[in-house]
Amino acid sequence: MSGLASSPLVRRLLAVYLGTILVVMYVPIVTVALASISRSRFFVFPIRRTSWTWYEQTFASLQVHSSFVTSLTVAGCVALVSVVLAFFGALAYARYDWRGRSLFQQLLLVPVFFPQSVLGLALQLWFNSMGVVMSWHATVFAQLVWIAPIVTMIIAIQAYGYDAAVEEAAYDLGASRWQIFRDITLPLLGPGVFAGFLFAMLLSWGNFPLAYFTSGADVTVPEWLYGKMIGGYTPIVPAVGLITVLLGALILIVGLTINGMLQRRD
Amino acid sequence: MSVAGTLHRRQELQAPSRRARLRLSEGLLSATPMLVLLVAGFFAPLALVILYSFMPRGSFSPIGQPTLENYVDIVQQSFYISFGWSLLLSLLSVAILLVVCYPLAIKLRQIKGRRASLLTLLIVAPLFVAENIRLQGWVLFLDKGGLLDGSLVWVFGVGPGSLVNTVPAVLFGIVYVFLPFMLFPMLLGLANVPDDAREAAFDLGASRWRLFRDIELPLAMPGILIGMLLCFVISLGAFSESKFLGKGVIVTIAQDIESAFTFAQNWPRGSALSVLLIVLAGAAVFLAVRRIDLDRMMGRR
Repeated sequence: MSGLASSPLVRRLLAVYLGTILVVMYVPIVTVALASISRSRFFVFPIRRTSWTWYEQTFASLQVHSSFVTSLTVAGCVALVSVVLAFFGALAYARYDWRGRSLFQQLLLVPVFFPQSVLGLALQLWFNSMGVVMSWHATVFAQLVWIAPIVTMIIAIQAYGYDAAVEEAAYDLGASRWQIFRDITLPLLGPGVFAGFLFAMLLSWGNFPLAYFTSGADVTVPEWLYGKMIGGYTPIVPAVGLITVLLGALILIVGLTINGMLQRRD
Repeated sequence: MSVAGTLHRRQELQAPSRRARLRLSEGLLSATPMLVLLVAGFFAPLALVILYSFMPRGSFSPIGQPTLENYVDIVQQSFYISFGWSLLLSLLSVAILLVVCYPLAIKLRQIKGRRASLLTLLIVAPLFVAENIRLQGWVLFLDKGGLLDGSLVWVFGVGPGSLVNTVPAVLFGIVYVFLPFMLFPMLLGLANVPDDAREAAFDLGASRWRLFRDIELPLAMPGILIGMLLCFVISLGAFSESKFLGKGVIVTIAQDIESAFTFAQNWPRGSALSVLLIVLAGAAVFLAVRRIDLDRMMGRR
């Protein structure tokens, strides 16, 4: 197998290492979960008394409620629009041979290769100068700039994998463009489109910098949490944080199940 | 020659040109929506930022007598210090991520099939949780009386006290947040190393070290390089890390840009500071796209 890593001892050490990294990735999330059930206002471990107070406060709070609605709306809109843009983008990226193709591929990388906080601030300046009143709509636009190129690449991977001759054969046999699109291209790219939708939704759900600088008076969940963290910690922060983690996990699991069903059908 | 034969030949002559026309127009047509988004949401805003950076201090219009005073201010009012911190943190985190992720990518390559995808997903999944929640988690873990200190005191009677509000804590936060962005391109790069190339070299008597240096590393290099450039550029924008885990020990360039745009209401200064990052990001993208073949990397057949 791999150059330096083929002896059994090294392989076992690497397995331990992988396990350690996995644990480290989830340490902060587990900590957040523990902090959310601690009764005292300041988190001290070991926890002396547990309580659900902070969850009760979370569910009673109108602010939290409206931030969840905003976040879900933004994530849904970003996922829908980016999938449409990225579907056609992926065809141009991977499927058609055209003169600007390699330039197009390179341009798509640029927003991904850029610090998000600076992009958020640049868009804030842009909206301000254009006289656009910033709200969650502006956040959808800002997140699209970053997420749609990523979704394009996800769908492009799928588009590379299928035989373009099928489309050409249909065209030569007299199928219209719409027929080709509906009966060949769309079904073949289906799994990639779904994966892209899921990814877009989750990336938007967890995005903070782009929303923070563009959402104006509207507040997404990560923004609401940020305000609380800066303004003064209370255990309602980990409680809300854990709920977003669980909702994200739910979206992921439902999505993967549907994805598995789509793949089995093919 | 029969009429049918002539017709057949004419169709043959026409078909390729018709197909080529279809390709040309459909390629550009399909790319248009994305191109419009990129121009309206990325290139035009950045052009405006560059324009503003040459406007007099505190002006709120991009039309005026161009000046270099904002760039002079950056040097004279020591804004380059935050730039230096960001640069240092990004370079260090790239170096650390390189060492942390390479063995991880190698291990994930050794595992086959569904288990490998599941493990990769588990490492990447925290990306879907907002970074400030995860960073808050680390604060609660590393702070005095937190999970780490509290457990150690409970078991051994002594603990390290508070580990946050230090530069290493900020660096740790950056490495943690950007780990998936190094791992992913690295995995793509390592996928470019065919197993038979390794086996062939091994059969010809190459040592493990030579296998690594002469076969594995050069073939995986495009992916590794992309990971490095990507992490370098996006970590330059880090600001939650220093806010939560640093609490004021250092100010990053992104924090300076934020305060110029918001509290100070000095758009030209914020713009000039942004231009520094735009130049660095542009250089990184340029290097990245020159060294790689996107078609090959993403698996075009």
